[in-house]
Amino acid sequence: MDTERTYGEVATRARESFQDVERIPGARKQDSILTADNVRREFGGIIAVDVEHFEVQKGSITALIGPNGAGKTTFFNLLTGFDQPNSGQWNFNGKSMNGVASHRTAALGMVRTFQLTKSLTKLSVIENMRLGATDQKGEKWWNGLFAAVWKGQEAEITERADELLARFKMDHMRDEYAGSLSGGQRKLLEMARALMTNPTLVMLDEPMAGVNPALKQSLNQHIRGLRDDGMTVLFVEHDMDMVHDVSDWVIVMAEGRIIAEGTPDDIAKNSAVIDAYLGARQGQSLLEGE
Amino acid sequence: MDWNLIFENTLKGIIGINAVYFAIAALGLNVQFGYTGLLNFGQAGFMACGAYGLGMTAHYFDISFWWGIPIGILFSVLLGLLMGIPTLRLRADYLAIVTIASAEIIRLVVRSVKFKTYFGGSDGINGFSDSFRSLGNDFGIQEADQYGFWPFKFTGRELWTLIIGWLLVALFGFVVYKLMKSPWGRVLKAIREDEDAVKSLGKNVYSYKMQSLILGGVIGTVSGMIFALDRGSVQPDNYSRDLTFYILTALVLGGVAKVSGSIVGSMMFWGLFTFMDNFLRQVAKDPVSIGNFTIMKSTQVGQLNFILIGITLILLMVFRPQGVFGNRQEMAFDGH
Repeated sequence: MDTERTYGEVATRARESFQDVERIPGARKQDSILTADNVRREFGGIIAVDVEHFEVQKGSITALIGPNGAGKTTFFNLLTGFDQPNSGQWNFNGKSMNGVASHRTAALGMVRTFQLTKSLTKLSVIENMRLGATDQKGEKWWNGLFAAVWKGQEAEITERADELLARFKMDHMRDEYAGSLSGGQRKLLEMARALMTNPTLVMLDEPMAGVNPALKQSLNQHIRGLRDDGMTVLFVEHDMDMVHDVSDWVIVMAEGRIIAEGTPDDIAKNSAVIDAYLGARQGQSLLEGE
Repeated sequence: MDWNLIFENTLKGIIGINAVYFAIAALGLNVQFGYTGLLNFGQAGFMACGAYGLGMTAHYFDISFWWGIPIGILFSVLLGLLMGIPTLRLRADYLAIVTIASAEIIRLVVRSVKFKTYFGGSDGINGFSDSFRSLGNDFGIQEADQYGFWPFKFTGRELWTLIIGWLLVALFGFVVYKLMKSPWGRVLKAIREDEDAVKSLGKNVYSYKMQSLILGGVIGTVSGMIFALDRGSVQPDNYSRDLTFYILTALVLGGVAKVSGSIVGSMMFWGLFTFMDNFLRQVAKDPVSIGNFTIMKSTQVGQLNFILIGITLILLMVFRPQGVFGNRQEMAFDGH
C-alpha cells in the first residue's frame, strides 16, 4: 500500500529488528520489553483471553488487532492490572507483574489509555496534564498545605506539560475545561497526559476511535514520534490503514488467542487473518483448520 | 407582627452557633462529597465521635476535658478506617449505604442501656465543659454578662462559643481551600471525575479516598465538639440521619466543591430556617379563621417550616443546581 514511504533511522532499525523473528503466533523476539505466558481470563463459561505466549519488541510499534470480541481490551486490562487473570504470568522489563496493582504499573513505566476516552472533564487541560506527572511531593496530604515544598516541582511539571501540549498542538486549549474538547482532542490530551508519566511502554487502546481523518494523520505522526523518542508502543486498533501505516509488527487476536504475527505486509496476505475479519468459514471456529 | 423580632432572630440565625457547626461539618462533607465524590451519608456519626470524645472524658475516663479533643479525633479516624476499608474499593453507592448504617449503629450503641456506663445511655452526658467555660472567663468574656448591641446581643456564654466556632470555621476553610489548590486536591478532584484514569496515571486511588474520608470525618468531628460545647451536653438523638441530610442540604444550597459554598450555605440554611420559623410563629399568634378552618396553628409551625424548606430546595435544584456559589460551566460537563 504505502511502500514508497521512506522511513527514518529509528523506524528502519525497528523494522529490521523483526527480520529474524518467526512469523508464527507467539513468536520470540530478541529484545522483548513485555512478555506474557499462558494468560487466561474466563468470564463465567466464556474464555475471553487465552494467550499462550506473547512478546513485545522493545523500541517498536506493535499493533494488536482482531475482530470485535477477540479479547484485545481484556488482554490490555490484564497486562495493566485493571483486571486479574484466572491463571498465567507476565513480565515487564524483566519484572514479574502478577498481582501488581494497576496504579503501580505506571510508576514502573507502563502507561495505558482507554478505549472510551477518560479525560477529566471538570479539570482544565493543563491540570489534566499536571496530574500525569509521577512522584509529586505536593500529592502527599501533609505537604499539601505547604506550597513552598512543591512549588518548584510544580513549575517544572507545568513547563514539561506546556512543551507536550505544544508538541500535540493543544497549547491554545491550555486553560479550557477538558470537557469542552472534541472527541479527537480528548484522545490527544489523553495520550499527552500519559506521556507525563515518562513511560517506557505506552499502551493505547483504540487511539483512532472517533477521530476524524485529518486528525488521524497527525495522531499517526505522534505515535511514530513516541517510538522515535525511544518508547515502545503497543496499541489496539480496528483501522487497518492506520495499522499498516504506523506499525512495525502486528499481532492478531481472535477468540481470545493469538492467531497470527508478522509485519503489516505479512498480515495483509495472511489467510487466517482475512478469514477472521471477513468470516470466510462462517459457523466454524477460527482456530480449526489452520 | 413583630418584624423587629423576626429580623433580630434571623440575623442571629445567620451568624449563630447552628450555622457555625453546620459550616464546619459541611466543610468536611465537602472534602468527601464535593471534591472526591464520596457519598458519605454518615457525617452525623463523625460528629458523634467528637461529641462523645469530649463527653467521655468526664463521664467515663475521668480525665481532663482537653484530652477529649485527641480522643474524639482518634474515634473518627477509627470510624473512617472502619467504614472505608471494606467499601472504598467498591462503587460509590456502597459507601453511602455503609456510612448511613454506621452512623445509625453509633447512635443506637451510645444510647443503649447496655453501654450506659461508657456513653450515658439515652440521657447522654452533661457537665464536661467547665474547663472550656472557665477558659472563656479567663479571656474576659464572662459567661453571665450580656455583650453586643441590637440586633447582635449575646450572653458571654454564647459569645465565647461563637468566637471559638468562627475561628475554627476560618481555620478549616483556609485548610480545605489550600489543600484543594495543591496537587493533593487535584488528585481528589480527578478521582471524582474518573477513578480508572487516575489509577492509570499511577496514583493509589484507594489511599487517596481513605485520606479524604478521614480528613472530612475529622473536620466533622470538630463540628460535633462545637455542637456539644454549645449545648453543654451530649444527646445521642441529636446525631441521627436527619442531621447529616440537613448538612448536605446546606452544602448543596451553597454549592459543592467550593469552600465559600459550605460556609455561606450553612449561614443561608439557618437564616432561612430561623426566618420562616419566626415568621410563621408570628402568623400563628393571630390566626385567620375561615369557618372551621384555621390558617396556622402554632403546632403546625414546625411542619410547615420543613415543607417550605423542602420546596425551596426543590426550586433551587431546578433553577440553580450548582448552588449559590457553584460553577455553572462545570455543571454543564456532568453528562460528559
